[in-house]
Formats: sequence, structure tokens, C-alpha cells
Amino acid sequence: MGSVGVLALQGDVREHLTTLTSLGVEAVRVRTPAELESVDALVLPGGESTAIAHLLVTSGLRDLVGARLTAGMPVLGTCAGLILLARDVLDGRADQWGYGALEVAVRRNGYGRQIASFEAPLTLADGSRVPGVFIRAPRILECGPGVEVLASYAHLGGFDPVLVREGPVWGASFHPELTTDTTVHRLFVESL
Amino acid sequence: MSNTQTTRTGSTLVKRGLADMLRGGVIMDVVNPEQAKVAEDAGAVAVMALERVPADIRRDGGVARMSDPQMIQEIQATVTIPVMAKARIGHFAEAQVLEALGVDYIDESEVLTPADEENHIDKWAFTVPFVCGATNLGEALRRVGEGACLIRSKGEAGTGNVVEAVRHLRSITAMIRRCQSADANELYALAKDLQAPLPLVLEVAETGHLPVPLFCAGGLSTPADASLVRQLGAEAVFVGSGIFKSEDPVRMAHAIVEASTHFDDPSVIAKVSTGLGSAMRGWETSSLDQRLAERGW
Repeated sequence: MGSVGVLALQGDVREHLTTLTSLGVEAVRVRTPAELESVDALVLPGGESTAIAHLLVTSGLRDLVGARLTAGMPVLGTCAGLILLARDVLDGRADQWGYGALEVAVRRNGYGRQIASFEAPLTLADGSRVPGVFIRAPRILECGPGVEVLASYAHLGGFDPVLVREGPVWGASFHPELTTDTTVHRLFVESL
Repeated sequence: MSNTQTTRTGSTLVKRGLADMLRGGVIMDVVNPEQAKVAEDAGAVAVMALERVPADIRRDGGVARMSDPQMIQEIQATVTIPVMAKARIGHFAEAQVLEALGVDYIDESEVLTPADEENHIDKWAFTVPFVCGATNLGEALRRVGEGACLIRSKGEAGTGNVVEAVRHLRSITAMIRRCQSADANELYALAKDLQAPLPLVLEVAETGHLPVPLFCAGGLSTPADASLVRQLGAEAVFVGSGIFKSEDPVRMAHAIVEASTHFDDPSVIAKVSTGLGSAMRGWETSSLDQRLAERGW
């Protein structure tokens, strides 16, 4: 396995780098096309999706990341990163663009504003528990047939998918990088 | 799959976590929905909704208070990014109103006229997180002790002069290094000198950074200013009067966003600074009648 990049335009980049490094992975910041070129997988961190989307365009990375996604590069997106990967985004800006690499529909700030941000334990498909930290989080409303749901959160009498995977593309509506639990990153790294 | 769970809002992790999400970005002061839209279009990570930017508060004088809720709500309806708003120092009733409005962060701010000259707000009592200003490490840790989840170095708001921002940021980071190099016996005396809670001083000595993110505010008005304070250790920047008091606010907003992200690449700073028009006029600090940074204790 080669190195894993963390898109470092804005957001909680350091936490992803720390978590990946603790798993023995070579983790590097990606802010330029040359840096993107050098990595074998990419993490799209938490942050503000509109700001990251804007900076992807101005840094000349948008289409290069898109081409790598098309070529099958493994990507993990958390929170804002999930929004960038989703096929459909509700309640976004009128000009909100995304990679459409994950066949899911998400609603931005789908659980409410910051005062509704929350922590809740989540259950993975194998029964193990991971802590969930949701901050102005997107809510996954729909998943396509090719999307595997790896963790859910009981909400409004149903189960919201919160960790999903479609082939090499992973998305979490929460922030595994903000806790000391490394389960989600480990699963992603093991899939590489 | 069953989840028996306890859902918890307002935890320290989710309150500090939103500040983590803003790192690397620019938070812009806006006074109406049109400016908020300009800020979001330029890639701002959040907006600070207020009735007058600090430069105008400084010019107009009078008592500066929390903004009209209607104006805050109009801005909330306009943008998808977090909306912050300011409460007066110690004015917990204004903070309660802002929490009821669902603002994403409250700035207990020296830019407004203080409501209490002894006590800051007990910020632990709120679900919404708070940002507070600080001029030195002791002040920063007192605010963290009261529950602040984000610290911004104060600078001198509304001046367009970065000198105070640099002074306060350097003061905080230099004292953090001093804590790191102190031996265990010295840390007690350091906590006493800083007038800061001992456990927080011990934490700083061990980790080498504040317990919460450190951003910079107060007098930033060019892309190079943003680059400077980011290189000095600020994890994100607040820009108040510097954008909408400049000659071309749209370009200035875009340029400062680029500068904050690519702060350590001078070629990017040069590119975005080229043909930018004039920055806000600015004030030399010694000519000021009122130092806002002296408010708060």
C-alpha cells in the first residue's frame, strides 16, 4: 500500500493525518496537483463543503480529483467530504456541485443547526460499536442498490445510514477523525 | 441492526468540533444578506452577522449591542454556512436570545460595549458554542475555563492595522512555548502569574497548544496579513471591516480566502494580491481614542 492523502484546503485535516499515521499509514497533505499525483488514496475531511468546493476549483484540483475517482482511486469522505461525493445534495447552494461518486442523496445540515449537533454511539454491521460525532451533519436520505450500509443511527423511528460504501468510495456523515476510535479509518485502510 | 443509544447535544466535543471544521478558513463580518452572499460565494467558512462593522462602531460611537434578530434571521435564510453573532461581554441574556435564534456560534465580543465589568458569561451553561477574544495566554485560558470553545487573538478591530493582532498572537504562542519549556516546579508559579486555571496550564505545557482552536482577528485587511498570522500560528482568520471597507470587496474576499488556505506559498499570495485595489484606509494605533482590546479581563 502506498500513501494516503488528506485534502488540505480547509477543515479538520490534522485529525485525519493523526489517525492515519497512528495506523502506520504514510499520510500526506494534498493542496496541489503535484501532491495529488503522489498519493494512492484520498480522504476528503470535515469542513465547510461550500468552502472546500470553492477551493477545489481555484486550486485546479476539482477535475483532477474527479479523474482519479473515475479511475478507481479509493476515497473516504467525512461530513463535508460525503457531501462532495454524493450524487444528490438537497438544501445546498443553487450552484452546489459534487462528484456523484456515491449513489446517495444527502440533505445538508439534515439534523439541524449547530445547537442540534450531537454525539451518539453507532453500531457497525458486525455488531461492534463506534462513537459518532455529528456536527451540522448531512443526513443520508436514500442509497442506490450498489451502496453498502456499514453503520446506521436510529432516528425518527427509522435507521439513517451514516457510514456507506460503494466499491472504493466511502462516505460517513459523522466525524470518526474527532475521536480516538480508529475503526472507520482502519476498515478503509484495510480495503486498500 | 439495532441501536440503543443516548444522543447528546451540546457536548464539549461537538462544540469545539465546529471550530475544528472552520480551520484553514476565513470568517467574514457581514451586515446584510447581500454581503453574506458575497462572503459565501467567495468561500468563507462562516459569517459573523452584525449591524455595524467595527470600523463604523469606532466612527459612530455610542453603545454597541447585539444585532436585531430580524437581520440575523435574514442572513440565516440566505446562506448555508454557519452564522455567528456577537453578544456583549457578560450579557448572558443577549446570548440566550442568540441561542434561541439558532446561531451556530456566539462571539462574546469586546467590539460591543461590555455589559459587565467583572464577569464574563458562564459559557458552560449553553448548548451553542462560544468564541472569545484574548490578548495573552492567561486571558485565553480564563475564557476556556469559562467554557469558550474557540479563542481568537483580539487585535484591534476596525483599524485595518495588523500590528495588534500580531502582538496578541505572538504573546499567546510565545507563552505557550514558555509553558512547554518550564519544569514541573515552575508551572504552578506560571499558572499564578498567568492568572489561569492550573489544569489548563498543565495541559498547554504538555500539548503545546491551547485546549481549543486558536484563530486570529482584529485589523486584518490584506491577503498578506492573512498569510502572516497563519504563519504565526493562527489556524483560521476573522476579517471584519477589511473586506467590505475595501475598494473591491468581492475580489478582496476571494483573495483573502485563497491566502488563508495557501498561506505558506508566496506565489499564491502574490497572485491574489495583484491589482486588488486599495485595502481599507486604516488607523495608526497610537491615534486611537478607544482600545477595544482592553475590554475583557
